[in-house]
Amino acid sequence: MPLLRVADMTHYFGGLRAVHQFNLSVEPGEIRGLIGPNGAGKTTIFNLITGIHTPTKGTVELEGRNLIGLQPHEIAASGLGRTFQNLLLWRHMSVMEHVKMAHYSQLSYGLVGALFGTPRRNREERQVEDNTLRLMEMFDVAKYADWIVGNLPYGAQRRVEMARAMATKPKVLFLDEPTAGMTPEELVQMIAIIRKVHRDFGVAIFLIEHRLKFVMELCQRIQTLVFGEVIADGTPDEIQNNPKVIEAYLGKEDIH
Amino acid sequence: MEATDVQADALPSKKHRIRAAFAQVPALGWILGILCTVFVERLWGDPLSYQLYLPKLPVLFGCLIMFKQPALIPSALAYVALIYVIPISAVALFSRKVTNLLAGQLSRLPLWVACLVHLGLFYLALHYWADLSDYRELVLKLTMIAVMLTLSINLINGYMGEFSCSHPGFMALGAYAASTVTLLFFANDRMFGEALLPTALGPWFFPLALIIGGFVASAGALIVAIPSFRTRGDYLAIISLAFMFMVKSFIENMEWIGGPRGMGSQPNWSTLPVVFAWMVICIWVINNFVRSIFGKALNAVRDNEIAADAMTVNTRKTKMTAFLLGAFWAGVAGGLFAHVMRFINPGTFGIQRLAEILAMVYFGGLNSVVGSIVGAVSINLISEMLRPLEIYKWIVIPLILILVMLYRPTGLIAFREFDIQKILQPKLDKD
Repeated sequence: MPLLRVADMTHYFGGLRAVHQFNLSVEPGEIRGLIGPNGAGKTTIFNLITGIHTPTKGTVELEGRNLIGLQPHEIAASGLGRTFQNLLLWRHMSVMEHVKMAHYSQLSYGLVGALFGTPRRNREERQVEDNTLRLMEMFDVAKYADWIVGNLPYGAQRRVEMARAMATKPKVLFLDEPTAGMTPEELVQMIAIIRKVHRDFGVAIFLIEHRLKFVMELCQRIQTLVFGEVIADGTPDEIQNNPKVIEAYLGKEDIH
Repeated sequence: MEATDVQADALPSKKHRIRAAFAQVPALGWILGILCTVFVERLWGDPLSYQLYLPKLPVLFGCLIMFKQPALIPSALAYVALIYVIPISAVALFSRKVTNLLAGQLSRLPLWVACLVHLGLFYLALHYWADLSDYRELVLKLTMIAVMLTLSINLINGYMGEFSCSHPGFMALGAYAASTVTLLFFANDRMFGEALLPTALGPWFFPLALIIGGFVASAGALIVAIPSFRTRGDYLAIISLAFMFMVKSFIENMEWIGGPRGMGSQPNWSTLPVVFAWMVICIWVINNFVRSIFGKALNAVRDNEIAADAMTVNTRKTKMTAFLLGAFWAGVAGGLFAHVMRFINPGTFGIQRLAEILAMVYFGGLNSVVGSIVGAVSINLISEMLRPLEIYKWIVIPLILILVMLYRPTGLIAFREFDIQKILQPKLDKD
């Protein structure tokens, strides 16, 4: 059984068909890519699976459990962690607080603990803090622990976002253009980090990317999306030589 | 020539030394200083004001006298210096070795013991300071209630980042509910007749009445929250403002609780220790909440709701909790207020009160417990001190607010954590 299964997912924004008959199955431990020109609907697919929008039609299942109709935070707690294309960080909070916050669903001390500072709260918050320190170490942001995120270098902000996503203990990690706006050196670092996450946590990864080099190097299977429809699905080699893919990309080049 | 140069060189370093010496005074030292100054005033306050040609003991740091009789300004300043400034600084400074030692001893005990000792001493100082005049006691009680109100609205307007205007409404609900409970069960009065329970039990059930007031206010908050949490920003502000007026006209039309004539003769149970204790509990609970992950979730929701959702934060529950908790404490504060003033009417909880509360929270600083305390105390004291200016007071206070907004847009002490341990710890390392 696949870890994450999406079948026949279709979504309309009013009269506009944003996604048409999208199918996906992610196996445990797999790295999958989704590429496509601007406006193809890649981020919409992420938002549909993670519950920000509810698909008009179709099914989404994680380990056989239906996710459609759940609140975004319930979907996240059930094992879909994600990052955002344009870095949605909390601008008044420190790096440490970011990573701690993502443990929200793992806490059980409730309102009584929060209001009266019970021993149980202290115990649970200490565990969260240990785990936070470990994650910040892993993503090489421990030295910024008490910094407000806005003051961090761009690459570090990206790593904070990934550390935060990993703190939710995801089974599948969704990365929305993890290298957007990065220099070539940072890109190489990011590849290493994603490999490390994949190896150490054993999560399946589903990522959106623009840069073909990046996807070709990381992903085992790639889908190509154009105008909300998948036009090609296969290994990096197959995708690279698929005439439809070349046309979609070169066609876009022509316009410019 | 040379001598003056040397002096000029020596001056800044001396200034620096004094500042460094003051930095070594722990919280305990300042409390001790305040305590001493209170006893100095009890002993020599009256004779000194007589010597300085002051008509009577200046009740609020001489401000009232200064505005009424400008000729007495030097005397009033001299009084403040001799009775307050000099004793406090002298005691704090010269006792710093001892107080640091004591603070060091206290810091080895559990935190709550150290807190109780500090609070006990501080209360003692307040008690004897307020003892000298009823006016002082009233100002102190109202200031403490203002601290509770400011803290509770900071949860919504600061930590959650919404602009809610219904706080006077919550306060009114709490005030009327608590008053109804005490008058109905524990007091013989015109409105509800004979007390249903023995009046002697009253003071023991007063906390219960306040908590009931708090829950009634929370129930009111639920009514605003359900329709308005679908909207954000300006819309919530308008809905909550409407709620405030609804509460006001609702009470005006309820004849059995006095209608527009108000409700009076509440028993005098909001004594200084009671109000102080409630304020401490309020600060403690809210500080606990905002430092927990559930409280920090409020900041996450404010800064980016979509990201908060994706990080497993239950955003709806988080917002609801903060809103109801804020309303609860506003209700408790309202109940205390009713029993301090011993008369309430719907007009008390109108737009003027809202302006005061908002001024306090935005002056002190958003997203900060210390800021709320500072804001409430300073705006409240400033407005009491400017009382002789009468209506012009309402020109001066907004002006101060405008200046603060210009130079510190989020308030004086915004976005700071209130770490009790850090405040109480000794400031001088033993060497």
